[in-house]
Amino acid sequence: MSWTKKILRVNLTNGTCESEPLNMEWANQYLGQRGLATKYLVEETDPKVDPLSPDNKLIMATGPLTGTIAPTGGRYSVVTKGALTGAIACSNSGGFFGAEVKNAGWDMIIFEGKSDKPVYLNIRNENAELIDAGDLWGKSVWETEDMIREAQGDNDVRIASIGKTGENQLLLACIVNDKDRAAGRSGVGAVMGSKNLKAVCVRGTLGVQVRDGMEFMQATNAAKKILAENAVTGEGLPTYGTQVLMNVINETGALPTHNAGDVQFEGASKIGGEAMHEIRESDGKANLVSNHACFSCPISCARVSQIDPTHFTVQGKPKYLEPSGGLEYESAWSLGAATGVDDLEALTYCNFICNEQGFDPISFGSTVAAAMELYEKGTITNDDTGGIELKFGSTEALVQIIEATANGEGFGLEVGMGSKRLCEKYGDPDLSMTVKGQEFPAYDPRGIQGMGLAYATSNRGACHLRGYTVASEILGIPEKTDPLVTDGKAGLVKAFQDATAAVDSSGTCVFTTFALTLDDIAPEIAAACEGDWTADSLVEVGERIWNMERQYNLDAGFTGKDDLLPKRLLKDAAKTGPAKGLTNGLDKMLPEYYELRGWDANGVPSDETKSRLSL
Amino acid sequence: MEKVLLMDAKECTGCMQCEMACSYQTENAFNPIKARIKVFEFKEQSLFVPYTCTQCAEAWCMAVCPVDAISVDDKTGAKIVNNDTCVGCKVCTIACPFGTINYNPDSGKVLKCDLCGGDPACVKMCPTTALSFVEAEKAGEVKMRAWAEKTEPDLQTSE
Repeated sequence: MSWTKKILRVNLTNGTCESEPLNMEWANQYLGQRGLATKYLVEETDPKVDPLSPDNKLIMATGPLTGTIAPTGGRYSVVTKGALTGAIACSNSGGFFGAEVKNAGWDMIIFEGKSDKPVYLNIRNENAELIDAGDLWGKSVWETEDMIREAQGDNDVRIASIGKTGENQLLLACIVNDKDRAAGRSGVGAVMGSKNLKAVCVRGTLGVQVRDGMEFMQATNAAKKILAENAVTGEGLPTYGTQVLMNVINETGALPTHNAGDVQFEGASKIGGEAMHEIRESDGKANLVSNHACFSCPISCARVSQIDPTHFTVQGKPKYLEPSGGLEYESAWSLGAATGVDDLEALTYCNFICNEQGFDPISFGSTVAAAMELYEKGTITNDDTGGIELKFGSTEALVQIIEATANGEGFGLEVGMGSKRLCEKYGDPDLSMTVKGQEFPAYDPRGIQGMGLAYATSNRGACHLRGYTVASEILGIPEKTDPLVTDGKAGLVKAFQDATAAVDSSGTCVFTTFALTLDDIAPEIAAACEGDWTADSLVEVGERIWNMERQYNLDAGFTGKDDLLPKRLLKDAAKTGPAKGLTNGLDKMLPEYYELRGWDANGVPSDETKSRLSL
Repeated sequence: MEKVLLMDAKECTGCMQCEMACSYQTENAFNPIKARIKVFEFKEQSLFVPYTCTQCAEAWCMAVCPVDAISVDDKTGAKIVNNDTCVGCKVCTIACPFGTINYNPDSGKVLKCDLCGGDPACVKMCPTTALSFVEAEKAGEVKMRAWAEKTEPDLQTSE
């Protein structure tokens, strides 16, 4: 019942918007959002399709709990074939856009084909139309939102759009909603750009209903109580955001820095959550202005920051002086620790730019780090960079290169294609810190062994959000495991991957799982939806989704040989910290993981596994 | 003992739990546009400000209603709309200086905060202290205490 049971199918080639019923058989097998949208993509497209061709589809999908009072019930996902990776892509975002889509009466929007000129989709409840976006093309995400609001004469609309990087089809491009929330990874913004789709504007006033309201309020209240009383979701995340992790992970010896040359960054304390609270001498204010919530979220981890008005990055640029989306841990790591830059204000500026022009700070920062190493080796020269001295730790270079990428100029365009292509071009592919073409995030697999397996096997390329074993290995959730050993990690990674796939399909945020188990989440879904939803059935749904994504990648041309980490993590031992002397033991974990998954030695799901999961 | 709904914008994170809880009370659906409490975003100042009816003692909506559809809930002091009597003339929406009583085209009646009979759903759902339901006579106490602290020299910590 919490599904609207309606899909909006937008054919950009023909300019048509049509309503069709949701396939409820699939909804019962794949729940919603990530799982259900992937099922549609698998059924409707060829896995070998060129991600940037009109034959690829782009799906924006809500989950059954999106738009409800369930804690964090505001998520939506973008599912497509990733432009950066050529693998299945599923990028998840919060803010308010997803809930608005649901409130307009749609479970998902499927975009197919390609418009012959720039357009945006305008949705008002059951009415949807494509509108010429000629005047929006070339505009930033921020300008696009303001211009659409004005054109629609309605301040209450919610908008997801691409910036210049998406228009330029840079492979790091993301889709940004509500100005600073993003479906960030795998180049989903480039796919949107390839379709000449600039934005989606939506206003929904139909309301979202659930199967049993009384039961739903009880289940969601119980979940909220647990979230409020938990140290991470009730205190750490509201106070410091994800940036609570910067000093913790650095001390753990798992903060990759200087393109993963080292695992501890001496400037970590200058760019972490605590530093964002410190009062600046220049203006007597802190970098952090406040914490904000996404729709229906009691955690409120989102940072709102204001850049030091005396900082060199913002001189003569008043638009960056207003409060806007501040640094999360991943972006502070990628823009800062990975590149060796410890200037908090500059990193905040770079984060604003990523939001403004719509590109992924994780992939961007990691690619800059690779470029810096190539520059210091002399492989890349000033002739290549247009004079930018790309040295590790150079704030000026970071700012110059991010502006170039944002504006689609010079060497910025090369960085905008990601580190795999950059390092291949300059003949040093081993310097690319990627798996399946996607840059790995802020946890070094030498210091947190399980994350090595999680990166290597992530279906969308290296990612922390597919199996966040950091929760167990560092934070002790649900129970503490030793981050320096490989024993038991295959099972741990599988368990996290399956549970996360289910949560990602529900409409709620994976951050709830710092406090909630599937035993807490299942009653919310069961009260909202028809069907028999239990923790066990959610694990099964998660495992089904994981195997479906895996099969998509295999059909797209990936093999078990792609379940690999960058050589540096496997050959060069950590030089300092608790993991000193260690490399990642992927070879010890991977065979056991395949076995637990019911896959053969080449990483292919067996017929028995597929049949067990009704695939 | 009469209680009032207190709104503290500094603590509001903009999560919309209050709007959903409110709309669920009347609509049996989560639909912010039907909520009688609204959270306004002031993006440039990075502020969310919740706002709803403050239950005027001398309520203009009640005074102007031509069919006496608005009455005082003896238990809570809330001004409540009797849907059986309301004719949807909307005169109350003109009379209210604060805009907190509004017409619902779906029902043909007006909607305003009724304090949920003395246990406001919005307050129960608020994850912070942005919304609270306190004794009317103590509504200013927290602010007074803060100012008392600011004004007393002996309580000032040296920087």
